[in-house]
Amino acid sequence: MSSRETLLEVDNLKVEFRTDDGIVYAVDGISYKVKAGTTLGIVGESGSGKSVSALTTLGLTRGKRTHVSGRILFEGRDLLTLADEELRQIRGNDIAMIFQDPLSSLHPFYKVGAQLIEAVLMHRSVSKSAARDRAIDLLELVGIPDPHRRVDAYPHEFSGGMRQRAMIAMALANEPKLLIADEPTTALDVTVQAQILALLEDLQQRLGMAMIIITHDLGVVAEVADEIAVMYAGRVVEHSSTERMFSTPQHPYTWGLLKSIPRLDTPRSEDLVPISGRPPSLINRPTGCHFHPRCPYVRPQHRSIDPKLQEVPGEFGHEVACLLPAEMRKQIWQGLQAGQTPQELRHLVEDKEAPKAVAAAQPAQEGGS
Amino acid sequence: MTKYIIRRLLWVIALLFGVSFVTFVIFYLLPSANPALLRAGHQPTAALIKAISHQLGLDKPWYVQYFDYMKQLVLHFNFGYSYEYQLPVKTMIFNRLPATVSLALGAAVIWLVSGIIVGTISAVRPRSRFDRSMMGAALVAISAPPYWLGLVVLFLFSTSVGRFPILPGAGSYVPLTQNPVHWFTSLILPWLVLAASFAAIYARLLRGNLMEVMSEDYIRTARAKGVPERQVIIRHGIRSAITPLVSAAGVDIGVLLGGVILVEEVFTIPGIGGLAYQSILVGDLPMIQGTVLLGAFFIVIMNLIVDIGYAFIDPRVRYT
Repeated sequence: MSSRETLLEVDNLKVEFRTDDGIVYAVDGISYKVKAGTTLGIVGESGSGKSVSALTTLGLTRGKRTHVSGRILFEGRDLLTLADEELRQIRGNDIAMIFQDPLSSLHPFYKVGAQLIEAVLMHRSVSKSAARDRAIDLLELVGIPDPHRRVDAYPHEFSGGMRQRAMIAMALANEPKLLIADEPTTALDVTVQAQILALLEDLQQRLGMAMIIITHDLGVVAEVADEIAVMYAGRVVEHSSTERMFSTPQHPYTWGLLKSIPRLDTPRSEDLVPISGRPPSLINRPTGCHFHPRCPYVRPQHRSIDPKLQEVPGEFGHEVACLLPAEMRKQIWQGLQAGQTPQELRHLVEDKEAPKAVAAAQPAQEGGS
Repeated sequence: MTKYIIRRLLWVIALLFGVSFVTFVIFYLLPSANPALLRAGHQPTAALIKAISHQLGLDKPWYVQYFDYMKQLVLHFNFGYSYEYQLPVKTMIFNRLPATVSLALGAAVIWLVSGIIVGTISAVRPRSRFDRSMMGAALVAISAPPYWLGLVVLFLFSTSVGRFPILPGAGSYVPLTQNPVHWFTSLILPWLVLAASFAAIYARLLRGNLMEVMSEDYIRTARAKGVPERQVIIRHGIRSAITPLVSAAGVDIGVLLGGVILVEEVFTIPGIGGLAYQSILVGDLPMIQGTVLLGAFFIVIMNLIVDIGYAFIDPRVRYT
């Protein structure tokens, strides 16, 4: 995996929107890489900046009131500095995108086939009938039965799952190298969700494209993603391989996400642990660690110190932005896995009467960040 | 679909019956004038008035008159004779219709084209200088009464009294068949005056709709596909945003085809509006009936056309 070429490199991306209420810091200095043929999962609540970062990749957040900085390198070209027309040629061609709600994302007045044909003709100079044949092939590829007939149907004549398949077909029209799926299953029935994910995974293997799957649901990316980035308040707070994210998660927010997923293999007596509080305002963000108002393990100094993304000691490629010492995080996660609640584990972070080892470790970790 | 159209057409007929009945009743409850008195000369005697009333059939009970009228209308498509002109109502209306149709349709073309262009540019560049000045102008155009606007432009541009007589013929309508050039030049000012407020309303309507549509998910999809922005606006944005304008235009044109009293009067265009106005003044019941029925007919037919057209504009609409 690591030998593959880097296809997309996002470097210190910041996206700010000027609004009447103030500046919205939607994305605040995130970095990640996507290698060819691999899948990155970006996980976070609504308002964590995950969609904005993806839309910015395609230039869809460009506007008078938007300020973007950093770099988004796609095959070595910085997408942020490309002219509108150059970027347009990449959109739907090298990089394609699918969205959350397939009904509202398809134009209600045009036939599915017409919308697919438009996607083909935007980037290929072929005849209209050739584009139509391609549209039928694409519908077949994404598993829509009877594509010869369905190509002439309107979006409202499709079921939710079929609409999302049609969206995927449209995104694949020009065999993109990167497919960005923004909450591709959120608006769908549970049974259909699994089908769509399986389809995406299958298509990725057959077409060899890279994917970014954006979701609020860790369960969605668990199966599909090679790497996962967890976003909170416009920042990446944890980033690692999928296995590590589930075996040794490091950030209290990630713990919260993991513990709020209902699972069949845990005893029913064990309660789900919701993350308390609400996502923060991106205009007036909390000081220090942005997660501190909701963190069960908050310490006084976390309200003023801003954590940086740092590699977890002993775990290559696993990064976390947390002020708690690594040893303490390990203890808490073990406690959570054993079924203890955050309240029961809270004592681990309370300042004790001069426990020398911990006291010595803290300033080093916290001050150094 | 066919069933739906047939059902709607039956409703049109029922509605026109209702309209004719109400017009009749209103005329007898609140007569605008006594037709017999108006025809009895300078020194009317009671006997003369009675004789004229008998001649016009006004001495019969109103429901008998209504029945007679409807019988003629349904069986012979006969709208009766004008009290005032002693001519068939049908002939008079058909003589006047071309002027009103010229005025209404010409104005419609102007207000649709200008409203769509201004609305689109304003929506795409909201709060720009263009948008602000156009929306300001729209407010003026909506607020200005057409008869006032008509008098102002006549004063400014007409050949007879105008300060800048650049548009000859305003105020002297010539039928299209007689002289197309004069027809056109004589109608430019009336068209502009009539279209002004509609253009303003349509521009504002489209601006609002289009701004809303441009934030729809399917617009984002179109951009993500790599569709150039101009095509995103035209093919994806306006295509959706224009549908409410279609229904508004249908109804507005229907209303205007029934007569444009104020603009016709200001520019002395011999149309249906002036005919209706005059017939009300002199209590010319058959003519009132004829013009009211014509107006009602245009309105319900245009509504029907709009409703049927909607199924073609918006594929989600199905009629059963």
